[in-house]
Amino acid sequence: MMEERGGSPLDVERVRKDFPILERQIHGKPLVYLDSAATSQKPRQVIDAVTDYYENHNANIHRSVHTLAEEATAAYEDARAKLAAFVGAKDSACIVFNRGTTEAINLVAYGWGRKFLSEGDEVLLSEMEHHSNIIPWQLAARDRGAVLRYAPITEEGRIDIEAWESLLGPKTRVVALSGMSNVLGTVPPLRRVADAAHAVGAVVLVDAAQLVPHAPVEVDELDCDFLTISGHKMLGPTASGGLYAKRRLLEDMDPFLGGGEMIREVYEDRATWKDPPWKFEAGTMNIAEEIGLAAAVEYLQGIGMDAVRAHEEDLAGYAIGRLLDAGATVFGPHETSDRGAEVSFWYHGIHPHDLAQVLDQEGVAIRAGHHCAQILMRRLGVPATARASFYVYNTRDEVDALIVALERARGIFGV
Amino acid sequence: MSLDDLYKEVILDHYKNPRNKRPMPEAEVSSSQNNPLCGDEITVFAHVSDKMVADVAFQGQGCSISQASASMLTEAVKGKGVDDALGLAADFRGMMAGEKDPAEDEFGDLVALKGVVKYPIRIKCAVLAWDVLQEALAGANAGQ
Repeated sequence: MMEERGGSPLDVERVRKDFPILERQIHGKPLVYLDSAATSQKPRQVIDAVTDYYENHNANIHRSVHTLAEEATAAYEDARAKLAAFVGAKDSACIVFNRGTTEAINLVAYGWGRKFLSEGDEVLLSEMEHHSNIIPWQLAARDRGAVLRYAPITEEGRIDIEAWESLLGPKTRVVALSGMSNVLGTVPPLRRVADAAHAVGAVVLVDAAQLVPHAPVEVDELDCDFLTISGHKMLGPTASGGLYAKRRLLEDMDPFLGGGEMIREVYEDRATWKDPPWKFEAGTMNIAEEIGLAAAVEYLQGIGMDAVRAHEEDLAGYAIGRLLDAGATVFGPHETSDRGAEVSFWYHGIHPHDLAQVLDQEGVAIRAGHHCAQILMRRLGVPATARASFYVYNTRDEVDALIVALERARGIFGV
Repeated sequence: MSLDDLYKEVILDHYKNPRNKRPMPEAEVSSSQNNPLCGDEITVFAHVSDKMVADVAFQGQGCSISQASASMLTEAVKGKGVDDALGLAADFRGMMAGEKDPAEDEFGDLVALKGVVKYPIRIKCAVLAWDVLQEALAGANAGQ
């Protein structure tokens, strides 16, 4: 079973063997995990890296001279270099480690926003942003008297690029945009967005929580100023990931969290900071998690991000086609060329929560809810959607299992 | 564990044919809440007269559990004293917490929702309408 029928260059059967959790049965059925946009599963290589760290190298970093501390420090900094290379950053110091996209955007909104935003300045967002790319800006804007603007999306669920650009102006200081929508899959023309923003003197933040796990990313090509990375969505441990930022910006920004390890000198009334990125890494960091993330990066590089993207484009196209044939409403672009494999839908009027419950009984794990995107839900005119999202270990057979389970839900609800 | 415990016939009936799902412009008290987990929203209206819930209705949208629970709520509290209605809300919460095993003659159709207890994440859906009722009736008590 699980034979790949698309034109995917990825050996999915081999990949699946690396993921112990795919052996699980749910309610007596094989697990069909279609919720990777919420968090991905972890391959044996990542689990082993974390275990190896705790069994053989555990120590606090950057403070002791003993052997374990040096090993832990080296592994942690090596993880930074690997993540930097993975997103095309030439300088490892441009990567700040933290718990992921939410913390990274908060860091920027706090350390850059609160320092550089002034009364009347504008922050441009889109209607399809995740709450993690809205709330930190709301807080910073409230603090500084800045204003949030929201660019509309089109009926197809793409960024309305003309409308977006018409909202740029001399007051625009920040544009913050999802690089791949967690609900619609939409991938905006990021380079065009960056060039237009820079032309008016704004900085560009790309919320890449979904983009980095699923597509090749080169920060120099995107020319973004900030790019956020969630390790747990790209096969890494929870609370891994961080922020890419241009070095100059990291130098200009204020620290986010204060505490041990981020300082150079401390006096009664003042302190000086370490250089970036360490200026932003206060307290004992998520050492094991970032080391686990490095193993995830190696794993993805082993497959090749072009192959990952091609595999998911195939699955997205197949899933959208089958859902439409089954009578579902699929949100977001139906063409797969500029979208990821986050597929949100309504199915015969059955509430997403009810759908997800029935599907779980069939072993199929999907997400139901507003996906931390209430502004987008209002725009789409729904309280919630069901979402199937795909990754390297998913197959077309699993799409078929989804469709069969959906039909069972129709039976239960008599629609 | 079987889905039949959750999606009982009586629940699906209330979902598809909700009772007292209508606006009530003359309501003295009303309250709205949504479930931030799923975006479900429910408004409960009550016409309170002489410390009695003379009429009650709801509006909203959401999953079968939240909507069926709201529908059952309106049937269960209509005609009850405000304090009795609040007592029933407390008993319903007790059932959802797995602490109470109410008698069918007291709870009527609401007993069908007992199966929700096995699905912890859905308990919020079942309790939403009751939260709103409590909030609305607290307003009624405060207004007296």
